[in-house]
Amino acid sequence: MTATSIGEFAIIACLLFGALFSVVGAIGLVKFDNPMTRLHAPTKVGTLGVGSLLLAAVLHAWVYGDGSMHQLLIVVFLFVTAPISANFIAKVSIHHKTCETPPPPAKDKTWATLDTPE
Amino acid sequence: MSTLAGRILPHPILTLFLTVVWILLQNDFSAGMAVFGLILGIIIPAVTAAWWPDRPRGIKLGKFMLYFFLVVWDIIVANVQVAWIVLTRPNSKLRPCWVVVPLELRTPEAIAILAGTITLTPGTVTADLSSEGHSLLVHALDAESPDEVRDQIKDRYERRLKEIFA
Repeated sequence: MTATSIGEFAIIACLLFGALFSVVGAIGLVKFDNPMTRLHAPTKVGTLGVGSLLLAAVLHAWVYGDGSMHQLLIVVFLFVTAPISANFIAKVSIHHKTCETPPPPAKDKTWATLDTPE
Repeated sequence: MSTLAGRILPHPILTLFLTVVWILLQNDFSAGMAVFGLILGIIIPAVTAAWWPDRPRGIKLGKFMLYFFLVVWDIIVANVQVAWIVLTRPNSKLRPCWVVVPLELRTPEAIAILAGTITLTPGTVTADLSSEGHSLLVHALDAESPDEVRDQIKDRYERRLKEIFA
């Protein structure tokens, strides 16, 4: 059992884990029946799926030849931008009233998305 | 002394962050690259300082790292839970609901981190902020009661963020 073969097993595990979660994310996107629940599948399952695929890429670079940390940047940007796109999709479905109307906020008048001049 | 340091480094965390991003982008660590990254990290915050009206005050870096690992762990656990719900729960048995989370945090950075954390963790997505910024609108994929989700968010994340940005 050399270091390289341990590395290989780690890469395989990461690839399988990532592939599994990506598939589950895609299934969720098809299966759920309204825009808000549908939003849950890709934002979470997708990020971990892509995250572990990129982890596999980092491991591969370290096991074979020179190390590379590029992929970490991709993970960071992915995790920073995923909530923002989810937020915008949610805002659109509140606007188009394709979901249940949200309850009013605790202290303020209304939600920022609905706070538009008539 | 503090004003001089403040003028040269208006935004020390941003400086550090830019340097690290530059080194990662180069994908090849050498002293020259690190120095050039540091120069960029000093110049960019200094040039853009005029557009940072409310500069974030110091955060507790140690507590922030603990928070980061807590969130990473929660993301992994949450993914397994959500994957399980996706694969096994029929749509009719889902209990999606809206949750209103009243905020005690006041700094925009803290609220942004809280909102991002909520979106990345267990079956919850941040949908909106109230017009004056006193509550968050969260959508839960499968919750027994909205109050339970709200209390969990407040206790697990908001309390810690309040300490970090204290």
